[in-house]
Formats: sequence, C-alpha cells, structure tokens
Amino acid sequence: MSIGLVPPATVAQPVRRQTRSLWSDGWRRLRRNRVAMASGAFLLAMCVLAAFAPWLPLVRDPALQDLKLGATAPGWVHWFGTDDLGRDLFARVLSGGRISLLVGLVGTLVSLLVGVSWGAVAGYAGGRLDEFMMRVVDVLYSLPYIFLVILLLVFFERSLVMLFVALGLVQWLTMARIVRGQVLSLKAQPFVEAARALGASDASIVFRHLVPNTLGPVIVYTTLTVPAVILQEAFLSFLGLGVQPPGASWGTLVADGARVLAIFPWLVIFPGLALSLTLLAFNFLGDGLRDALDPQGRGDR
Amino acid sequence: MAGLILRRLLLFVPTLWVIGTLTFFLVHMAPGGPFQSEKEIPASAREQMLRTYGLDRPLAEQYGRFLWSAVRGDLGPSYKYPQRQVRDIIAEAFRVSAELGGLALLLALLLGVPLGVVAAVHHNRLPDHAAMALALAGVSVPNFVLGPLLVLVFSLGLYWLPPALWTGPASRVLPVVTLSTAYVAYIARLTRAGMLEVLRQDYIRTARAKGLAEHVVVIRHALRLGLLPVLSYLGPAAAGIVMGSVAVEQVFAVPGLGRQLVNAAFNRDYTLVLGVVLFYATALMLLNLVVDVLYTRLDPRVAAANP
Repeated sequence: MSIGLVPPATVAQPVRRQTRSLWSDGWRRLRRNRVAMASGAFLLAMCVLAAFAPWLPLVRDPALQDLKLGATAPGWVHWFGTDDLGRDLFARVLSGGRISLLVGLVGTLVSLLVGVSWGAVAGYAGGRLDEFMMRVVDVLYSLPYIFLVILLLVFFERSLVMLFVALGLVQWLTMARIVRGQVLSLKAQPFVEAARALGASDASIVFRHLVPNTLGPVIVYTTLTVPAVILQEAFLSFLGLGVQPPGASWGTLVADGARVLAIFPWLVIFPGLALSLTLLAFNFLGDGLRDALDPQGRGDR
Repeated sequence: MAGLILRRLLLFVPTLWVIGTLTFFLVHMAPGGPFQSEKEIPASAREQMLRTYGLDRPLAEQYGRFLWSAVRGDLGPSYKYPQRQVRDIIAEAFRVSAELGGLALLLALLLGVPLGVVAAVHHNRLPDHAAMALALAGVSVPNFVLGPLLVLVFSLGLYWLPPALWTGPASRVLPVVTLSTAYVAYIARLTRAGMLEVLRQDYIRTARAKGLAEHVVVIRHALRLGLLPVLSYLGPAAAGIVMGSVAVEQVFAVPGLGRQLVNAAFNRDYTLVLGVVLFYATALMLLNLVVDVLYTRLDPRVAAANP
C-alpha cells in the first residue's frame, strides 16, 4: 500500500506494531472485507443446516415418497417443490449438501495431509530425494487426470472410498509444491539452526517448526481446494460416477433434474443454485483470506 | 531452441508408455468384459468373439500386441462398433471437440482480456470490483448447472436456440457459451493480475512521460507483457477445455471426444478407451510444448535463460 500516506506517529511506534501477531492482523483485515465475512456466514449457515437437517423442525424426511403427490412446483408446503416421486426438494437439497460438503471437507483434509507432508519432506531433505519426489509430482500432473478418474470409477466398484481416492489423487499436488517452496526458504533461517542445535530430530524440525510456519499460504490454498473438490465430486456425480443412489449429492440432484428440465425446471434450479452459491462463497472467502493472511501474494500490491 | 523441443519430444515416449500401460492394466484388471451384455449369448459364440479379438490370450501377449499397435498408431476396430476403426472414431469426435473447444477459447479470450484490462486500468474502483465479482461468479457456476439453465431460458422459454445436438450454426451457440464462461472469468483474472504488475513498471512510466495517449500505453506497451500469464494458461486451458467438455458434451448431446470416452468406458470398449486416452495425452503434451515455445519467443527474459 502507499507508504507515503502513513502518518509519522504510526511509523514512530514500530514496537507496538510488531507485537501484533500475523493472525490478529489477518483477522482484522478479514473483518473489514464485508463480502468475505458474508461468505463465511453463509457457509457456516449452510454447514449447520446440512449437518443438522434431520433434527430440524420444518425439514421433512428427504427419502419420504408421496407417489400420489408427484412433482409439484415450489409453494408454501414444499418450499422448493417436490420431485416426481413426491420427495421434498428442500430436504433433498439439504441432505445432498451434507454429502457434497462432507466429500469436499474430507477430500481436502486428505490432500492437506498428503500434500503438506510430501512438500515439507521434499523441501527439507533437498538433494536427490527432493528431485525424485518432485518428479513424481510432475508426472502425476501430466496424466490425463479426469480420464483416468472416469476409468477408475467406471471399472471398479463405485463407493465413497473410491471417490476419495480418485479425488485425492491429484488435489495434493499443488499443495505439495506450495509447501515445498515455503520450506525451502524457511529452512535457511536461524530458528531452524537453533532447533537443530538444541538437539531436535529432523522429524520434529519439519513438523513442529517448519510446517506451522507455512500455515498462512496453506490455509489460503485449503479454502480454495474445498470448492475444487466439491466441484469435482459434483461433476463425477453428474456423470453418474460419483455418489450412488439412494444417496444423492448436489451433482446427482442436478443430473436427475436435467433429465426432466422441460417439465420440472425447479429440480435443476434449486440444487444448482445451492451448489453454485456454496462454490462462490468458498471462492470469495478464499480470496479474502489471501488478501488478509498473505499480503505479498496479492495480485495488487 | 531446437534442442529444447527435441528433448521435450523425446520425453513424450516414456510418458505415453506410462499412461498407456497404466490404462491398459486398469482396463484389463477390472471385473467384467466387453462382451458381457445383459443379453445371454451362447458360450461358443462368446468364445468365438474372445478369440477374434485375442482376449483369450495371456495378458502379457495382449499387452505386447497393444504396445505394437499403439506404436503403429492403429488400434484396430472398436469392440462395440466392429465395423468402425478406432482411428476414424477419434478423428471424427476430435473434429467436433476441437471446434467446440476452439470456439469457446476464442470467445473466452475476446471477452476475458478486455474485461481484465478494464479492471486493471480502473484498479480498486467500481469497474474493477464489478468485473472481479462477475469473474468469481463465472468460475463458481459449474458448466453442467449453467448449461441446463441456459437451455431453460433460451430454448424452452424463448425458443431462440436448439437445446441439444451439433447440427448447424445455431446449435453451437449454447454449448460454446456454456463451455467458455469459466474460461472468460479465469482469463479476466489473469489479465488483470498481469496488467497490474506491468503497469507499475518503469518503462510504462517512460511511455507516459513521452506523452503517449493512455490507450496507446495500455494496448501497445503494457498488454504485450501483461498477457504472458494468460498465454501460459492457454496450454492447460486448451487441455481442460476437452475435459470440461465431457460435461458440456453430455448436457448438449454433442458427439465429441469426452462423450466418446465416457460411452466407451461404460461399454467396456477397450480399444476405444485406450485410443482416446493416448490421443488426449499426446494432444495435451503437444499443446503445452507449443505454449512453452511461444512463451520463449514473446518474453525476452525467458529466452535469455533458455538459449
């Protein structure tokens, strides 16, 4: 930002500014970003609604069929309408969100664990091992990933575990690269040497001293990985390769709705809206977090 | 430069071998086979079919035959449509996918670059915020959601455009728009970031100091370097557009490569699956190579690093 505009009084008190941690600084900046805060609130509400849907009043049983009722347009009784089997779409969207969000969070967690460990070890070890580990990342990058995932899911039993394997296959690669870069620049710093002088083992240097210091960029990238995983899962479910019936994620709901688009358009509109708004909110939050936690990494300095 | 290209081309061979081998064993290890339809067929007929296609041979021999036919670039006939060659099916589907993807990428550049430039020039003012919010929305709406919604409005609501298939110019509009949206958004963001970086440079200040009009400074001087991030994105984007078109081709029933792959996988059409995967991997690597070469030509700094 423009240095010239900082009043002299602020410059004269550098000590006070330094005592503020990265986190409280970041939080202060994030709070000022109204769009990011609204996105965070929306996501929180969406998560709570999806997680506790079965116990909430006014939310029907998503599996309850009413064949006599059939598909009805949105109204006072069924807020989002019903599908051709008479199931309440509002409840279906919430329970679909439960699966989509769960897949997004678990998938991200897997990629987080693998990517951070891989990148940190490669960066810290250096030399041949680093070279080898990064070559593996390069090769995996160059695979026609989505085709292999489709094949994997077509030819083998479709289960949630398989879905996680398929999604986890690629999502950790960028994370590994980010963490490796961070560790490379961090490991030359005096505090690492100090830890080593105190007799800390390599493992404890990597995971207790180096990894915590990479958290800023890692958190930012994690927030952007969640929507990526949710999108991938929705895409696979849309093709009929993801979550299998009777389970239904947002992708499944959109796919089912698209088949009857001409007669029951609300079956696409509401699940599509829920999916898109969630992805949008994650992206806004991720952007806001990047501005707040990683000021150097912003597009505009 | 020639050495760089040659080295990269040589790297194609082991990469394609890994991909081909991986796919081959993935396909062959999976339970089920290409001739297990719901219809009961006599055991003798089944055996006859397996023998015709060499599927009764040991796996190692099948693998050897596959490698040999892959090297020759001719995988033989499709299992599902025995009267058609895999080569011809891929060529036909690729023409469709390439047209769809090419048009979408063109549209993305035509819309995304100006949007990004406008945002960068009006940095942190209303046009910037509006353009970036729009871009984020474009990235966030999945194309398999956008597609049906566009059909709902323009085909079923207004009767302006056909809702599906790939016949005639009007049928191209909705798939191309659907496919390009995310790329418009992403290119706008990249252009903005690149332009912001460049507009701070000294040579831009010099250009302004010479008294050049602002639009000349932006378009003639800044855009050339500002577009470099977009250029390096075009390789993965061109590849991603084939992947993205799996969904779009499914929504609009476009007979492209992505749709062929999904159908072939569901049909257990081994030869066609292997053909599409190898073809796609080759195309992806070629595109990346072309982009890297272009990049060196455009940015003198990279050229200096890679003599």
